[in-house]
Amino acid sequence: MSQQIEQLRQRLCSAGEAAGGTVRIMEVCGTHTMEIFRQGIRSLLPANVKLISGPGCPVCVTSQGFIEVAVRLARQHGVLAATYGDMVRVPAAAGSLEQARAGGARVQVVFSARDALDVARENPKWEVVFVAVGFETTAPATADALLLAEREKIRNFSVLAEHKLVVPAMLALLEGGQARIDGFMCPGHVSVIIGSEAYRPVVEQAGCGCVVAGFEPLQIMQCLTRLVEMAAEEVARLENVYTVAVSAEGNRRAQQLIDQVFERGPATWRGLGQIEVSGLRLGQAYRQFDAFERFGLTLGTEPEPPGCRCGEVIMGNIEPPQCPLFDGVCRPTQPVGPCMVSSEGTCQAWWKYHRVRV
Amino acid sequence: MCLAVPGQIEDLRQNDQATVRMQGNTVEVCTTLVGPVERGEWVLVHAGYAITKIDARQAAETWELLNEMVSRASDDAGNP
Repeated sequence: MSQQIEQLRQRLCSAGEAAGGTVRIMEVCGTHTMEIFRQGIRSLLPANVKLISGPGCPVCVTSQGFIEVAVRLARQHGVLAATYGDMVRVPAAAGSLEQARAGGARVQVVFSARDALDVARENPKWEVVFVAVGFETTAPATADALLLAEREKIRNFSVLAEHKLVVPAMLALLEGGQARIDGFMCPGHVSVIIGSEAYRPVVEQAGCGCVVAGFEPLQIMQCLTRLVEMAAEEVARLENVYTVAVSAEGNRRAQQLIDQVFERGPATWRGLGQIEVSGLRLGQAYRQFDAFERFGLTLGTEPEPPGCRCGEVIMGNIEPPQCPLFDGVCRPTQPVGPCMVSSEGTCQAWWKYHRVRV
Repeated sequence: MCLAVPGQIEDLRQNDQATVRMQGNTVEVCTTLVGPVERGEWVLVHAGYAITKIDARQAAETWELLNEMVSRASDDAGNP
């Protein structure tokens, strides 16, 4: 262990002792979830400092209704669904996108939104639908591809989007969640886009400390130490230990693209339900690219798979081993819920790194 | 989907596209979110888009971390 990490660990332990009761810190980034496990950070923490994995994995928070619509659409004649790799294995009642492909549907995994547009160029006789999920990191990419499609008059391209905004979910968790949260480890790459100041309402309105962190062990430990120290002092501050990549104002170009193409509105989150002004839908001027409109689709309220407790995991109400399906019928090779599907999902992180100790 | 990876701009293409070298591989990346870029600059790439410019030291440190992640993931795959 590096000397700096050991010094931070000592500081964190002292602050944990000063805080007295349990200090609960939530991370809202799938990569943080995986890195905390992989680096063994939990083993460095005192018993009263608890880490909770929140709604940080975009695939995991995508509503079951959206998954069902995407799979049904992919099965339609003449439709080619293009999407990110993590999406294709999420189970729907009618099977996953991967299973739809095995049954003859055209489903293509793409690396980027522009790749989805290339698929449309290369397949002019097919209606190419980009099934787009993700937070503020992927929303500008969807906006860019859509603007390019408009400019180049690519008419066989549309977007089935469920982009979400991180800060409203954090506020909703504080206001209505069952799990008490004393501080947030704020996501690294979402923050590159939205900027550290975006978390100001979480600190000032909700009184919860926020620290933006990168992914190296030193940064993760710095972030946790500061959050536990805030809890000990009973203060909430906004800090950023990932200043090499995250500025206060964020990436203005990306923000402008989001504002140009999308409008903010309610969105349904797995586990959290509907949250006002937490999602992005295509603005009026771009509705001709909206797959919901083009194919007459409506978002249903399909239930999650029977027995699956991904929603409670996402809210931090339970840990994965408390789900009766965990490591039994639900495993990465045969996932029941999205938190086990995604390489950034909380259940997959626990399965990979923590299974032997539970 | 949260993860971004550093790459070095190798060649500039039309339509805000650039060829970016990521260790041994080159990939096509869109640079529209970061504005004008020059050959040799480093960027963080997320889902095919450069989301911010970074310096060479930060890029090297991030690759060190990513390589550790990959090697650990391979170990896990071999010993589930």
